[in-house]
Amino acid sequence: MAASNPSVFLLSVNGQIEGADFPSYDNLYCKYCYVYGQDWIPTTGLEEGITQITCKGSQASHKLIWNFPLDVTFKSTNPSGWPQLVVSVYGPDVFGNDVVRGYGATHIPITPGQHTRTMAMFVPEPTWRLQKFTSWLMGRRPEYTDPKVVAQGEGREVTRVCSQGFVTVCFSIMMKDLKKLGYDSGPANPQSHAASSWSTEDQSNF
Amino acid sequence: MASPSDIREKLRKKRRAFQETLVPTKHDDEQALVASASVSEEAPPATMEQEPQSSHEDPAETLRRSLKAQRQMRKKKLLEESPALRSPAEGVEDISKVAEDEGSTKRTAAGSLTGPKSRGPHQFERFVTRRLEEKLRAARSQGQSLQLQELGEVAVSRLQSLRDRHTLTRFHSEDQDGTFQVPQDISTRVTFQDAARLVGERERPTTVEAYNFFTSNFDPEPEERSESTSKTSVQKKSAESCDDSREEAEEGGEEEHEEHNEEAPLMQDEDGNVFVIQQTSKDFLETTKAEYIGLRALALRRGGLLYTPSSQRVPTSVKLPENVTPRYLEEEGFYVGQRPPVTSTNENILENRMLKMEEGLKWFGDDGRIIALPDPIKESSSRPPLFHVEEDLDPALQTVFKKPMKCGHTHQAYIAGAADCEGDYQLDVDVSGLIFSHHPLFSREHVQGARLAQLYDQYLDRQRNKLAEHLTDKLNGLRNTMRNMLEIHSEQSLSPAMQQRIVEYGVEIKNTRQLRDSEQEKDRALLKSLVKVWKEIKSLREFQKFTNTPYKLCLRRENVDRLTDEQEYEKEVLAEVWELEAEEDVDYQRKLAEYKKQLDQWKTWRRKQKSQKKQKKMKKKKKGQPQEETEEDENDPDANESDGAVDDGPPKPEPPEKLDFDAIEQQVREKASRIRRKPGEAILIPEMSASGKISAADLCPKGEMARREDVAKRCVFIKVLYNDKEVSQTNSRTLNSDFKVHFGQIFNLKIVNCPKSITLQVFEEVASSCSLLAQVYVPVPGSSVVAGSAPMEEFEFSSKQRVMFDHEGVGSDVPLSFVADGSNRVVLLTSGKVSCCVSWGVGEDDLPLAPPVSQILGSVLGGHPEAAAHIGPSGLADMKKIGEWAAQSRLDPNDPRNTSIMQLLKVASSGEVTAADYFRLEQLQEEFNFVSDEDLDRSRRFRLLVLRSQEVPEFRNYKCVPAQEREVTDKVFKEYEKRLKDGEIIDTKEHLDSHRALVAKYLQKIREAVIHRFLLAKHHYLLSDLVVEEEMPSIGGAHLLRGPDRHLRVESERLDYHELWSQWPVKVNDRAEIKNRLTILGLNLFHLAEPKRPLKPQRKERKKVTAQNLSDGDIKLLVNILRAYDIPVRRPPSSKAAQTSQGGMQAGDWLLGQVQVRPFVEVSFQRNVLQTTTADGPNPCWNEELQLPFSAPNGDYSIASLQSLKDEVFINVFDEVLHEIGVTDEEKGKSVHTRLEKHWLGSVKIPFSTIYSQCRIDGTFKVNTPAVLLGYSKERSHGNNGAYDNLRSLCEGAFITLFITIEPQLLPGESIREKLDSQEDEGLLQASERFERLAASEFPGRVCTTTVIDLNGKTVFISRYLRPLNPPQELLDAFPDNPAAAAAQVARFVSLIPSLPDRVSFAAICDLWSTCDQFLTLLAGDEEEHAVLLCNYFLFLGKKAWLIIGNAIPEGCSAYVLTQEESVYYMWNPSSGHYYGQYDTFCPLQAVGCLVSAGNVWLNIQEQVSPMRINFDVSRSHCWKPFFTGSFPHSSLTSVQPEQLVYRRSDRTTAVELQDRIERTLRDKIMSWRPHRPTRWNRHCTTALKHFLPSLELGGGGGRDAGEGHRHELQSMLGDNRISGFPLNMPFSEMAPIVEAVYSTGVHTTHSPNVEFALAVYVHPYPNNVLSVWVYLASLVRP
Repeated sequence: MAASNPSVFLLSVNGQIEGADFPSYDNLYCKYCYVYGQDWIPTTGLEEGITQITCKGSQASHKLIWNFPLDVTFKSTNPSGWPQLVVSVYGPDVFGNDVVRGYGATHIPITPGQHTRTMAMFVPEPTWRLQKFTSWLMGRRPEYTDPKVVAQGEGREVTRVCSQGFVTVCFSIMMKDLKKLGYDSGPANPQSHAASSWSTEDQSNF
Repeated sequence: MASPSDIREKLRKKRRAFQETLVPTKHDDEQALVASASVSEEAPPATMEQEPQSSHEDPAETLRRSLKAQRQMRKKKLLEESPALRSPAEGVEDISKVAEDEGSTKRTAAGSLTGPKSRGPHQFERFVTRRLEEKLRAARSQGQSLQLQELGEVAVSRLQSLRDRHTLTRFHSEDQDGTFQVPQDISTRVTFQDAARLVGERERPTTVEAYNFFTSNFDPEPEERSESTSKTSVQKKSAESCDDSREEAEEGGEEEHEEHNEEAPLMQDEDGNVFVIQQTSKDFLETTKAEYIGLRALALRRGGLLYTPSSQRVPTSVKLPENVTPRYLEEEGFYVGQRPPVTSTNENILENRMLKMEEGLKWFGDDGRIIALPDPIKESSSRPPLFHVEEDLDPALQTVFKKPMKCGHTHQAYIAGAADCEGDYQLDVDVSGLIFSHHPLFSREHVQGARLAQLYDQYLDRQRNKLAEHLTDKLNGLRNTMRNMLEIHSEQSLSPAMQQRIVEYGVEIKNTRQLRDSEQEKDRALLKSLVKVWKEIKSLREFQKFTNTPYKLCLRRENVDRLTDEQEYEKEVLAEVWELEAEEDVDYQRKLAEYKKQLDQWKTWRRKQKSQKKQKKMKKKKKGQPQEETEEDENDPDANESDGAVDDGPPKPEPPEKLDFDAIEQQVREKASRIRRKPGEAILIPEMSASGKISAADLCPKGEMARREDVAKRCVFIKVLYNDKEVSQTNSRTLNSDFKVHFGQIFNLKIVNCPKSITLQVFEEVASSCSLLAQVYVPVPGSSVVAGSAPMEEFEFSSKQRVMFDHEGVGSDVPLSFVADGSNRVVLLTSGKVSCCVSWGVGEDDLPLAPPVSQILGSVLGGHPEAAAHIGPSGLADMKKIGEWAAQSRLDPNDPRNTSIMQLLKVASSGEVTAADYFRLEQLQEEFNFVSDEDLDRSRRFRLLVLRSQEVPEFRNYKCVPAQEREVTDKVFKEYEKRLKDGEIIDTKEHLDSHRALVAKYLQKIREAVIHRFLLAKHHYLLSDLVVEEEMPSIGGAHLLRGPDRHLRVESERLDYHELWSQWPVKVNDRAEIKNRLTILGLNLFHLAEPKRPLKPQRKERKKVTAQNLSDGDIKLLVNILRAYDIPVRRPPSSKAAQTSQGGMQAGDWLLGQVQVRPFVEVSFQRNVLQTTTADGPNPCWNEELQLPFSAPNGDYSIASLQSLKDEVFINVFDEVLHEIGVTDEEKGKSVHTRLEKHWLGSVKIPFSTIYSQCRIDGTFKVNTPAVLLGYSKERSHGNNGAYDNLRSLCEGAFITLFITIEPQLLPGESIREKLDSQEDEGLLQASERFERLAASEFPGRVCTTTVIDLNGKTVFISRYLRPLNPPQELLDAFPDNPAAAAAQVARFVSLIPSLPDRVSFAAICDLWSTCDQFLTLLAGDEEEHAVLLCNYFLFLGKKAWLIIGNAIPEGCSAYVLTQEESVYYMWNPSSGHYYGQYDTFCPLQAVGCLVSAGNVWLNIQEQVSPMRINFDVSRSHCWKPFFTGSFPHSSLTSVQPEQLVYRRSDRTTAVELQDRIERTLRDKIMSWRPHRPTRWNRHCTTALKHFLPSLELGGGGGRDAGEGHRHELQSMLGDNRISGFPLNMPFSEMAPIVEAVYSTGVHTTHSPNVEFALAVYVHPYPNNVLSVWVYLASLVRP
């Protein structure tokens, strides 16, 4: 290995999808996947996954906890197209149909260290009211053709969305050779969100 | 109406005459008195006097007067009774006193009579007593408070005046028509009159009445005024009356007269009447009958109200204020524009009217004319003249209809190219600062300081130039040269040339010396004045005890060596003296010479005189003393002086004066002391600095402090105006004590308009108000003046504003003196200099962002048509020509229209553009550059990234661009560069000839363009692209749509083919649709309860997926193979040989009538092959679904790339033949080895692009069976069910029912129908749009095309494509007497032109139609082109032919050709050459949308669309709706087709060449497809096959019988070999499709070990390079 003269850099992502805050929904699960540019290749780890279904606890807390681990390593030659984590949350509606409860995306932090990200989730809105009713009745809400749409900016102007809730993810980032290739991603700030504020206890700062 | 002055004059004369008769002695005094009296005072007495005379002249007048007099008598009575007359009485009293005094003095002076005097006191007495009475009465009234009393006084006076007013109106009316008019404000009048009456009756008002009276509402304002006026008028009157009375006294007039006299002014003067006169009841209320006012009276009355201005010319004097002489600006050199033309009558009327108006004079200018702006109308029209003679109009000038185009800026002032952002021009205006050389807020010291600074600047300038020194040096040099010259040549005699030179030098020296002296003088004067001003400043500072300016002048002494200095000085003086002497000497010499000459002349003359005298003497003396004469002669010079004067000859010249050298020296020394510093005196070098301290504000006196505060309050800013539009302004900066303002701002003006003017406006801001100080015009820079190189320039400005201050500020335009006695005044105007720089910006590429010069000039002169007309537009760019022209035409420099030219000329003549003599690096740009551009261009990695982001096909999906530059190899680009390079090179290897290659290239290019457009379109998203949503109108309606379908089934019950029409396009009623939609919801809910797996599932509409987010493996091609009909069956082993070859099993089968064929279907797509199970019999039913994976090229699943995919789906029908190899193992009993062999029976190929665009292919297709199928025959001959047979007889060949679709359903590219350019008539286009819209709304799903797009992208009406065109003559010659055969031949020719679906070849978004010649040139086109060509051929052949636009399978929207032959209609498939009868069930044409002929388009308005069920008679109006009707007639549309098609002869040699090549290629391919087995070729067979092929071609696609013949022939030749084989026929386009077709037959897959192959290729050439390719392929298996 020509370690001194690297041709790729590695980005190791560890972390977990901690949980979500959807005030009015319960029994949710989520899917995740990564969106990355053409110059990125996942080397190890799961590229997509699906969590268990979780329901709210009986306590006062309304948090939905998944604590679903993420572990993936990318290699790349080009920081353009930095990977994004795309999360979509699903859950049953009143009729028991599985419907989408939210889409969200966030970039993998670009600095090494521990980070916590809270993603705001949203779903596309039906085009007209009657459709809203029928989609509710039929349990076929509008969905994105591909959850990856939320990680790209193109074509979003044609959609209308409705915000739903939040999903919190924490990342531990490690990098290799990024600096050697001449990219400086800035100082690592491990202190910034080192301690996750996330817990099952109800906290007001969420 | 005579003017009053005339009357006055007349009266005066009369009176004078009168007076003269009366008092001749007092003549002078009277005159004076009269003259002194004012005009108004004079008039009434005049009338008075006139009265007696005029009475008999005008009886009406006298009558009126007497009436008036009576009334006034009555009034007078009332007046005397009235108590309310105090105040006027007082007024009259007072004033009359004064008047009396005046009058008395005059009168005493005149020594006049005392009559009036005695009368005056009498009147006074009356007034006084009356007043006293009234006072007594007032005292008596108890209820009145003091206040009220006072009020009363006022009010009464008011009352009077009011009454006065009313009476006034009454008087007027009475005067005019002699009748009473009821005034409009009766009510107020009534109250007044009531009150007055009360007063009159009771003499004393009660308190209540008084209160009511006083509190009633009167207008206070006008009363006050009228009161005062009345007073003044009373004054006047009293004075008049005095006069009058006096005159009367003189006349000795009677009492009555006098009475009348007193009243007269009241009548005459409008304001005069102060009495209440309408006291009689008659006055208060009057009832009169309606009165007729005569026309004349009316006119008279109107005359008073209306004013008719006369059209007489108004004299200038009237229009100007008095004593003003008209001033003509033009004469003073100001520019006066041309006045707009107005007729003099109108102007006169206007002037008259204005003069009548108040302040009418303000409308007139100084020249006494109405002020008018210059005529705004251009003299010459800017538009070229129109020619009215239509027939003579030059065709080049013919008006042409042009469609409106969108155009950014058409105004000519815009710079070309600036509108579209490519040419952006930038003007940098750098406003660096401002220095006031005078400002109103300058203190005296500042003024001096400014002077000092100015002088010092001058001094520095002079110092820098060192003119004096230069001249001194030059002088010295000249002197030296002169001296040298003289020294060297002193010995020899000087040559004339040398002398000449010396003289020249002398002159030069003289001139130089004079110049030097003047310069030195100036220097010295400057120095002196500097010192003087400085001294003044110092004294001023001392005087005012503070300093305001930091200026300090130091005189540095530079001591000199006194001795040398003196020497030099002396030397200089001496040199000068010497020179002067020399000059004088020369002068003297010259004069002397002249003198001598003159003297000589004089002498000769003298001598002559003498001789004459002598002769006289001689005569006298008779030649006595000759010697004396000679003596006399000698003495002549002495004597001649005395004599010369006597005679009339030339005077004796004076000898020039001797030079006075002392005087010269004296002069020189004087001058030297004046202009030069004294020897030994120190050189004074003034040095000015601004280092002095300005006294603090608290040390200054009050005035100065105020000034400084004022200064601090002021701000200055500069507005930048471009073409008189404000574009920007600087920050406002406060004024410093030194009156210098620094802005240092650069404005970058991005300009679109041509620069005409750049103006800087200097504004001064005090508190919140700002005022314009001055404007500075900055010339537009030449295009070579660019930012960075242009020097700062200073532009002076000054303002005429007059400013004065009460503090120390000196003000502006105010005389100012620095001397104590106030003399020597100067007037200083605010002035200063703006330092700025205007230049063109520099673009990124170091190009100046300046528009081309000609444009600037052109625009500058654009407003000057004369200039352009005179020197021509080309001359506009030539500065010299403009200058000449301007000089010639004597342009008015003051005309604002000419300013641009003047400015231009000024700039051109004075400011030569300074070229940059240094180079400045764009250091900032350097800083920002990441790497240099060259590095960036060289970087391979960067290039790769750029290409990828540009979505260049090779790199569109390039993964992992290397991180390092060195890792990017050039290999990456190889392919791309090769492609780029290949763009020009034509690859003939793959193609038949260069022509085909060219066409291929062309198509490739079009394809690329289309792909590019799609790539762009890919970035436009629709909601459906992003969001999946349950569609509201859903599949629920499918049931209803099936209705007619069932109906059909009943009808064609006998046919088992009803599945064919499962997708019958049906006209859906709008109502039905609405019903559908309403039922959807319910149906959808109903669906919830539906069984999950219904027994008869129906095809559901699936969701469409856009190709955005797909990847390999996501897409599958679903091929549902249902059944087939009429599969050829194996041939019965009719002969023995055959029996042996096919084995006993077949024979047994045949005998049993069982298996004749075991067909299965193999689907191959993208080299993936799947097959169905094997079925039995000629009409098998598989009902199987095959899933074929689909992968897009390069993993690019964009719509564009999918659409341009050229892959085809091959559906091949094979016969599975089981061969018994024989018994292999004899020991273990019988074990039979069999081998499966598949024999190709036919194929259907469907291009992927069709599937993609149609979403699904559903129907029954004709299987392309080879013309000859060795070993097989049609099963038909064995069937014997009659009616069934009849139908079938119409359609030969095998059929297969298929359903093909893509999973998931891909969204086909939307055909975006853009509105394209067209050369069609607008009305036609609109009509066609209407027609299509109607078709779409009334018959949805029915194809209706009226306009198509040609290859140039222009919209063309469809019927223009149809025109009889000649087919190749060869084809016609082939069957001269068989029209049907000829038609078939023609159709075959057309079908042999390779077909390329539009969506592949041309833009998918719009169906491009090429004309027939284009089509034949390209040799590629889709159904439409084929159909058009075929239709045109048929028209040529004399058939009745139409173009059918409709739906067909599998093509979708397609075009067929309809022909009519004796009431039988045939439909021709142009791409296959087959024709179908109208009732042919297997006709691929499914729906007819419209018919097109050369003259019209008919829309199918019948209920049905199937060709079987419609009537093709276009004359029936209820079946076909024509486009051109009676109301919209066919406007003879010319065809876009050529008149005649020219064909190239069929080329045999190329065909043979191609034949060889194809054969070779196929051979190689087959061998390569069988890598593990040897491929043997049977030569015998090959030659035999080769022999067959031409006959097949000639047979027009081959008959059945040929097959038999072949088989027999082969059989006989090859004996017992098992032969299976077939000929393939296809049009030639490229090599690849042939290879593909051969591959798909699977001949090579034979596993038989001892197989041999035979391959024969035949290419039949048709004209114009249309080639028919035959490939005969056979496999021979030796048993």
